[in-house]
Amino acid sequence: MLAHIFRRIVATIPVMAIVALFVFSLLYIAPGDPAAVIAGEQASPEDVEKIRKGLGLDRPFVSRFGEWSWHILQADLGTSMFTGLPVTQLIVQRLEPTLSLMVVTLILSITIAVPMGVIAAWKAGTWVDRGLMAFAVLGFSVPVFVVGYVLAYVFALELDWFPVQGYTPLSAGFWPWLENLVLPAIALGCVYIALIARITRASMLEVLQQDYIRTARSKGMGQSGILFVHALKNAAVPIVTVIGIGVALLIGGAVVTESVFAIPGLGRLTIDAIVRRDYPVIQGIVLLFSLVYVLVNLAVDVIYTLLDPRIRY
Amino acid sequence: MPLLEINDLQTHFRTPDGVNRAVDGVSFQMGEGETLAVVGESGCGKSVTANSILRLIPEPPGKIAGSIRFRGVDLLKLSDKEMRRVRGNDISMIFQEPMTSLNPVLTVGRQLGETLRLHQRVSRREADARAVEMLRLVGIPEAKRRLGEYPHQLSGGMRQRVMIAIALSCRPKLLIADEPTTALDVTIQAQILDLMKDLKAKVGAAIILITHDLGIVAEVAERVMVMYAGRKVEEAPVEKLFRTPRHPYTQGLFGAVPKLGSSLAGNLTKLAEIPGVVPSLKQRICGCVFATRCASATDLCRQSAPALELKAPGHLAACHFAPKEALAA
Repeated sequence: MLAHIFRRIVATIPVMAIVALFVFSLLYIAPGDPAAVIAGEQASPEDVEKIRKGLGLDRPFVSRFGEWSWHILQADLGTSMFTGLPVTQLIVQRLEPTLSLMVVTLILSITIAVPMGVIAAWKAGTWVDRGLMAFAVLGFSVPVFVVGYVLAYVFALELDWFPVQGYTPLSAGFWPWLENLVLPAIALGCVYIALIARITRASMLEVLQQDYIRTARSKGMGQSGILFVHALKNAAVPIVTVIGIGVALLIGGAVVTESVFAIPGLGRLTIDAIVRRDYPVIQGIVLLFSLVYVLVNLAVDVIYTLLDPRIRY
Repeated sequence: MPLLEINDLQTHFRTPDGVNRAVDGVSFQMGEGETLAVVGESGCGKSVTANSILRLIPEPPGKIAGSIRFRGVDLLKLSDKEMRRVRGNDISMIFQEPMTSLNPVLTVGRQLGETLRLHQRVSRREADARAVEMLRLVGIPEAKRRLGEYPHQLSGGMRQRVMIAIALSCRPKLLIADEPTTALDVTIQAQILDLMKDLKAKVGAAIILITHDLGIVAEVAERVMVMYAGRKVEEAPVEKLFRTPRHPYTQGLFGAVPKLGSSLAGNLTKLAEIPGVVPSLKQRICGCVFATRCASATDLCRQSAPALELKAPGHLAACHFAPKEALAA
């Protein structure tokens, strides 16, 4: 078991190396000249050339990639072309709001979606099932920003239950922190909830047909025990898979959600960096998100072995 | 009072193309500690009868009617909660497929202890101790180690032993075994049957044994009920049924049993098969249900359904032409 986890961790190294190479190449693939951007519209070709040299853009690809990688391993992601601040510092400053939003969304979505899917499967074919699945389709089809504005209008402006926008750091207290995250988390979670609920339903429907469910019933086990112990643990592998894959949805959605709710997180930093062609910042963010995604999928793999004793690598 | 008294049991399933009368008016009784075998072809309603007793039929599309009295109480009238107290405690069940009847992601100990903890007030530790005891009782070596193992680590025979241990852990009054040996090797079959006989003596449970293997019937049953197309067509003590089967369907079943070594002895007669298939249970059958496949069916058979009649002491058969013994007055 431990050996398996260790092997999986080691296997993430080449994955991250390939990601790093790709991220680095972005600079070459992407149109536009960063030196020209920095120099501004009125700069002469000599000025641009000078800046290019200063950035080291004239040196060969391999040597620059080597140097860049070496710095990354020391948590040095370079310097922002625009603000002149270290990228690592910029990211760390913006990390907490985004991480908070994602974690709250993840927990909220799972606690809503999994019971929703389980109940839909149990009541398959009835109006309860149809109602829940119609809700899921709705969650899937309405874009994040629409849901976000509707939620903010109803629950913040009209009912005044939650703040309209902004972010309070966790250090200011748990409730103020959570209060600010509820609406963004629901808005961001909609698609995710719909996805998890549908997969849970489908997986549960299959499991509920199995012989061991009949065995559990023949022992005198109650409905909730059958659903949440005997069935859910068997149905869990596809559910965990989709939760892992869905983290990519969250990363993309966080960017939009942060602008709707004016949360000063990585999403805003990303948009600003892209608009300004601030390559070191873009590279740092993409690298970070890739790392998160790789780590989530590593966690998913480890959870598989905990859920199903038949899975051994 | 009989242990189990079933009256006019009807289990019907609503399907898109009509009602499937899987069990259609079956009645029988069982005494304490008795072993009753239920035999018949696939699709004749044996398993549905068994599942109906524990109300394991999904409703809808299924619908169970009639009465199932267990120690005087009609199980069909119990609430879901009361029924859960009966399942696994007073009446328990073993299924045909040991490979799939155990939950693959829960340990053997968990699945065994769970039944105890559902019905009796025992601590987790006591449940574990009882689980070890039960595993020893069903002849599983290294019982303690097995508690932490998962079903996929056990062989088919071992898994069926675990199923038996689970079924008997609360000392039920009635054990329903739905083809418990069909999926096992012949040698393992014999072991499981011996185990069941042995445990029956120890625990004192009555057994309903559902099977299509007449060899097993002769081995363990006291009484036999023959089902065809959702109905009971014959019922008799085992020796009587084997000596003088009275219903043509039962006779057909005996004819279809291969005799070990018969072809080696130069006796190359073909096995007597019963022509045709079980009729569709979606249409009302007028006349005898077996008439379409019966060699000696007459117009009478095709027009009027024969009632179950006492043909000899303790011997019921539903056939117009079954020979009737002079019943002692």
